[in-house]
Amino acid sequence: MDTRIITALEVVLVVPAVLVGYILATERLISLAHGKWRERIRPWLWLTPAFVLLTAFLIIPTIQTIWYSFHNKDGSQWRGLDNYAWFLNGTGLESLINNVLWVVFLTVGTIVIGLSVAVLADRVRYESLAKSILFMPMAISGVCAAVIWKFMYWYQTPGTTQTGVVNEVITKAGQSPIPFLVDSDYKIATFALIFIMIWMWTGFATVILSASLKSISPELLEAARVDGANEWQVFRKITFPLLSPTIAVVSTTMIITGLKTFDLVYTLTANGSYDTQTIANEMYNQYFSFSQYGRGSAIAVVLLLAIVPVMLFNIRRFQFQEGIR
Amino acid sequence: MFSVKAIPTMPHRPLALLVVVVLAASACSSGSTTPAPVVTQAPVVTTAPGATATVTPTTGPIGGTLTVMGTWSGDEQTSFLAMIQPWVNQTGVQIKYTGTRDINASLNQGIQTGTLPDLAGLPGPGQMAEYQAAGKLIKLNDVIDSATYKANNSSGLVNLGMVGTDIYGVFIKASVKGLIWYNPAVVDVSKGAPKTWDDVKALATADASKAKAAWCVGLESGAASGWPGTDFIEDFVLRTAGPDVYKQWYQGKVKWSDPKIKAAFQDYGDVIKASYGGSNYILSTNFGNGGDGLFTTPPNCLFHHQASFITGFSKFKTGTAGTSYDFFPFPDIDPAYSGAVEGAGDLFGMFHDTPAARSLMAYLVTPAAQSIWVGRGGALSPNKLVVNYPDDIARRSGEILANAKTFVFDASDNMPTAMNAEFWKQILVFVKDPSKIDAVLADLDAVQSSAYGS
Repeated sequence: MDTRIITALEVVLVVPAVLVGYILATERLISLAHGKWRERIRPWLWLTPAFVLLTAFLIIPTIQTIWYSFHNKDGSQWRGLDNYAWFLNGTGLESLINNVLWVVFLTVGTIVIGLSVAVLADRVRYESLAKSILFMPMAISGVCAAVIWKFMYWYQTPGTTQTGVVNEVITKAGQSPIPFLVDSDYKIATFALIFIMIWMWTGFATVILSASLKSISPELLEAARVDGANEWQVFRKITFPLLSPTIAVVSTTMIITGLKTFDLVYTLTANGSYDTQTIANEMYNQYFSFSQYGRGSAIAVVLLLAIVPVMLFNIRRFQFQEGIR
Repeated sequence: MFSVKAIPTMPHRPLALLVVVVLAASACSSGSTTPAPVVTQAPVVTTAPGATATVTPTTGPIGGTLTVMGTWSGDEQTSFLAMIQPWVNQTGVQIKYTGTRDINASLNQGIQTGTLPDLAGLPGPGQMAEYQAAGKLIKLNDVIDSATYKANNSSGLVNLGMVGTDIYGVFIKASVKGLIWYNPAVVDVSKGAPKTWDDVKALATADASKAKAAWCVGLESGAASGWPGTDFIEDFVLRTAGPDVYKQWYQGKVKWSDPKIKAAFQDYGDVIKASYGGSNYILSTNFGNGGDGLFTTPPNCLFHHQASFITGFSKFKTGTAGTSYDFFPFPDIDPAYSGAVEGAGDLFGMFHDTPAARSLMAYLVTPAAQSIWVGRGGALSPNKLVVNYPDDIARRSGEILANAKTFVFDASDNMPTAMNAEFWKQILVFVKDPSKIDAVLADLDAVQSSAYGS
């Protein structure tokens, strides 16, 4: 039999069987304990599998990465903060700046467009069609989107027929074509990539914001209108505040997407040429291509530190919401 | 994703959405280029006169599967699979081939995790030595018939695959770098091919009215963009500074800001200034299409600098060797270093010692196997017994390989990966704005200072 079928069977049958077996075994164990202790032990025993997996696949690797980040290329010599100093003196600063651009423009772009479409489409009959079309790019993998946009941005020398749609439009408007993907001036290449990501993720923002919009009680909006509020005031004073928890969720997702941007940069701008280098690309190069495990780990730690505030914000907001429930 | 609870229920028409999503996903997957594990239909196999497609006598049915990783995709992948098809037919082994241009990262990761293919193309002699030091490569001395292998292959190439006295990598295909291609209908070489670099410049001036520019250059190549420029600069270094400086340079003992290396960058800058389309066009154009300008009417350019394998790409592939395109070797610059040739090849190494892997490795170095790819075009064989070149151009390339006084391997491929990658990258910066030459060389020096140590 094909080994893949065996593996599939293992995953589908054996894994649940082990988990169910574990639960039955722990229940058996708990039943041996005294009444008062049962309720205290149970949550911990149930937590154990998740905790073990989390330790093995998240906590230990994180500690290891931090350890590596203070060492040389292959972890054999202590280097202190050398790797961090290298990161900030070399291409690191450039990738940090690029990632800030990604985070700001990707988040603002997807939220503004997503919110506009969600609010406006709410008022028309073909809403689901509009949202479906907007959502489509979301189903495409990053590399596929990159291939599509490579053709969209295609550049030919001025004076010859432009085969890229964007440059064809630009030349038809009487301007000279722009080499979007190789132009480092004004970070045009970076913005060209951010635009692709906005194209990919706006549908996601729209769908989630739109769903949240539908959960706002119409009576509330009616009451405001009866009291004489105009449509802008209704949006600004009622809709927007009620949507803000959802906007926070979408923003968090977009910030993290922006921070870990890799695929578009790798496929479209020669792995970070033309001033498009991002932290994730730099980490990939150092770690996987150059076998510089110390430097690669230091970059990973920087990325981790950058994500921590976003996580903390998210956890606090989550606790707050649980609190009011 | 975070705090899923905060996400409210989905909109009321999830079905329509789902259909669209599925459609989009399937539309995309049909266009994607993931190399499937291929054991394709038996391709037409052409073999050398006298050579038969039979395999070494030790080979009988083996069965099972064998994983192979290489840098080849597209036509090259088809040719490689055609090359091993007779072996597959004989042994019944199922080949799972993966082609990736980013083979460095794949193999480095495999060295760390232990998940390696059975056989793989190695990026270069430098990486081969690293993998050998890590204890992952299998010694090939008694896997292949080493006496015959050493006798039949040019010693320069054999040595590049050795660590000490042991063979760890074998070349199954080679190419000559630094050939200058032209269209015989446009460029007049009736007075003989240029003998010096000045002759080339004089020819470009003489024929200037026949094309829009002297050179065509294309540098785009995914994550490896910029490499065609490194070849050009290497050709200048080899012929102006000589093989010794060339070697010290890739070993990291000569700085990038050294006048000899800087001069090579300046010469390359002159070529870029005389190239069709300007820097944006050069940077946007894939290396495989880089020479297409030779064939336009009116021609975009007179010359294109590329290795012998360009005949497997784009307009070269559809054209006729000798009539629609031809080449002359990169001429001498300093007579002291006359007859130096730069080449490259595909090194192959073995990571797992299995009967199937041993058998395929032994098969790949045989003339019978290598003549298959050579016959299909786009490859030279390091084996002197393979002579079934499909045309005169390929035969002349093969002769350059066989007759080189000094044969050097692609310098950038000999550098540590970090240095090589920075070289590619800085080529792009330099081509964009050649006036930044000092900044480019300073960046390269900075990387050089850390890339060679531990």
